[in-house]
Amino acid sequence: VQTLRRTPLHDRHVALGARMVPFAGWEMPVQYEGVIQEHRAVRTDAGVFDVSHMGELEIEGPTARDLLQSMLSNDVDKLEPGDAQYTLLTNEQGGIIDDLILYRLDSHRYLIVANASNSDIVLSWLTDHELRGSDVRDVSDEYALLAVQGPNALDKVGLEHGKAFTWTMGEVDGVEVMINRTGYTGEEGVELACMADDAGRLWDAVVARGITPCGLGARDTLRLEVCYPLHGNDIGPQWDAISSGLGWACALETEFTGVETLRAVKERGPEQKLVPFKMTERAIPRQHMAIEGGGEVTSGTQSPMLDVGIGMGYVPAASAKAGTELVIDVRGKPRRAEVSKKPLYKKEQAT
Amino acid sequence: MAASESYPDDLLYHAEHDWARIDGDEAVLGVTWFAQDALGELVHYEAPDVGSTVAKDSSYGEVESVKAVSDLISPLSGEVLEVNAKVVDAPETVNEDPYGDGWLIRIRMTSPEERDQLLDVAGYKKVLDEG
Repeated sequence: VQTLRRTPLHDRHVALGARMVPFAGWEMPVQYEGVIQEHRAVRTDAGVFDVSHMGELEIEGPTARDLLQSMLSNDVDKLEPGDAQYTLLTNEQGGIIDDLILYRLDSHRYLIVANASNSDIVLSWLTDHELRGSDVRDVSDEYALLAVQGPNALDKVGLEHGKAFTWTMGEVDGVEVMINRTGYTGEEGVELACMADDAGRLWDAVVARGITPCGLGARDTLRLEVCYPLHGNDIGPQWDAISSGLGWACALETEFTGVETLRAVKERGPEQKLVPFKMTERAIPRQHMAIEGGGEVTSGTQSPMLDVGIGMGYVPAASAKAGTELVIDVRGKPRRAEVSKKPLYKKEQAT
Repeated sequence: MAASESYPDDLLYHAEHDWARIDGDEAVLGVTWFAQDALGELVHYEAPDVGSTVAKDSSYGEVESVKAVSDLISPLSGEVLEVNAKVVDAPETVNEDPYGDGWLIRIRMTSPEERDQLLDVAGYKKVLDEG
């Protein structure tokens, strides 16, 4: 039996009546009041998520840049101190070991935020390739991370609006925080990193400002509506980054693990592509359902905003164009869907 | 609004968290408060066809929340006379009123003696307590 880890906010989640579930080795809140309610709070107002389970790694030293540039898909040189970037750790086949946010802290210091389930593998991959003059440290236990997201999130938490994919130091009700202009919901918002010891105070302050506590259930439906891939569902080591639709996060002119394969895939075109789709018949797609003609659903749910089944999945490249009809095997019943453009949900569509 | 927890004593229960309200040779079937709470707000009801048959302890349909799918297990055998169209259109009705407006199907029983194998409310609560 594996012992589940707990974030510094565990007792607060339980006190709020959260339904706690095992997730990536952690005991995490999947919902408080209800997934749909929490989802709508983020789309129309503001929500807060405890994402302290995510991994944080610090890479420091005169060769930190060289190490990261040789390991990560995106161009590290585009980052000035104060910038952040979506990037991928890739394997020799161009498959995705993890998708990450890379923050440049200062000239020779970087922070990686990794998925909880991959944090250890990212750490070992980087330490195995450590260069003389670079030091990689797991600092996950030192930090707590709260995502505060939604159209009213910044106003409610008392922060100025700012440019996406940047960070600054600041404070929220006296708690020192690293304010990251990043998120996983498609709404404006921030991810606030604070010292683990301050997590309770920060959470209480944010909740006291009228921001709705939200669980991992809503986090998943929110990200799927805006087609952000989830590692372990939609992207992974078995699919190359180009087929996964993440070519935009791959600087193919730089040298990193698997880049030759990715250049070749880009040149000849992928055989399969990850596409978003909407059901045109009443049914809810789920992970691992077969798509007729050779394909598989990688994520699916009922969209709380659109009130139809939505999902993502791999289909043959010939079927990847928006408008193409798909037939999904919903537990033995063929149900029609249509390939859509990204994102599946846009604010203008709100009713 | 989700209903608060209750288990009416005029119903018969199946350990898979389904209930039956028997009236003559007909029965109305649904899921218990516990089942809807475990699933969360329902967003889809895959109903059987009117005229099809359902068998005791077998699945006659599915209900889904955003996160999960659950088979509907029939507590009794019979023929489907009616499907609750309100729940097809608005599955959250089950969360709001699991024993009233949130009923799922009405059947004509083909083996009425099966009722003797079902649980009364005390028996069902024992199932819940044993978790």
